Amino acid sequence: MEDRFIIRGIEFKSRLWVGTGKYRDFEETAKAIEASGTDVVTVAVRRVNILNRKSPNLLDYIDPKKYKILPNTAGCYTVEDALRYSRLAREAGVSDMVKLEVIGDEKTLFPDVCGLLKATEILAKEGFIVFPYTNDDPIIAKRLVDAGAAAVMPLGAPIGSGLGIRNPYNIKIILETVDTPVIVDAGVGTASDSAIAMELGCDAALINTGIAGAKDPVAMARAMKHAVIAGRLACKAGRIPKKLYATASSPLEGMLL
Amino acid sequence: MRIRLNGEAYITGDVNSVDDLLKEINVHSERVAVEVNLRIISKSDYRTYILKDGDTIEVVSFVGGGCYGRQIYYTGNRV
Repeated sequence: MEDRFIIRGIEFKSRLWVGTGKYRDFEETAKAIEASGTDVVTVAVRRVNILNRKSPNLLDYIDPKKYKILPNTAGCYTVEDALRYSRLAREAGVSDMVKLEVIGDEKTLFPDVCGLLKATEILAKEGFIVFPYTNDDPIIAKRLVDAGAAAVMPLGAPIGSGLGIRNPYNIKIILETVDTPVIVDAGVGTASDSAIAMELGCDAALINTGIAGAKDPVAMARAMKHAVIAGRLACKAGRIPKKLYATASSPLEGMLL
Repeated sequence: MRIRLNGEAYITGDVNSVDDLLKEINVHSERVAVEVNLRIISKSDYRTYILKDGDTIEVVSFVGGGCYGRQIYYTGNRV
């Protein structure tokens, strides 16, 4: 059964997308990315270290020919900053895609959805392929898509919290509300969380801390890979309805009494 | 020439264009972006865009990051 995943003409081979932050070193980052089987890695935009040019660069370890590089606007708290970082990322020449973050608050790292909507609208008009990191709010998701988002990336739980998919019903409503792909971003703590996201019908899951923060990130990357595949297969297979009482799975016919 | 480069005061050597500056600081133009006084300079203009004294220049590239900001850790309950 063919199950292709295409956004704006770009085909993605993996439904697991990974972040590249919080790893011990670039070797570990590269190994975990390899083990995850992903073809999409998200990266942040930062100043080049002028004083120490010998320090290795992330892209020396992640081959942009092998992986789709998805720049993000992590750390941006205003529309202006998010626009500036997005435009710089595009000029750096890896992609027209941007994982757009306009963060509203340092404690929760929840998105500022008002700013996010504004930035999405402007960047979409400039020809960016915008993936906004948003709340698990179906109304905002719809507004983002109307503003030109190529997909929406609702959070499962706060960034780095590992709390899993806290509101599966909202994610389900988002899936029914928007006609773009839905990619869960943030909150996935372990394999079962990503399976749940996929079973709900999400098109993909983006995971950073859930892999990078594990005791053995490479092993967790492998676990996430299989969980995403399993969740997607289960979603396509169609699960049985949940029922309160038992239904026998063996025939009653042929019993001794 | 005195410029501000990535937030620091910087005195250039024999530098005229953006391209000269990137060569001086040993940065390959591939996979970086350059901003002069908040204006993004397109790669095709690196050789022709002439820098001047007092310019504020940012040279950025990609680093590891998924989705995190200037995070502070919140441990207590709000009173």
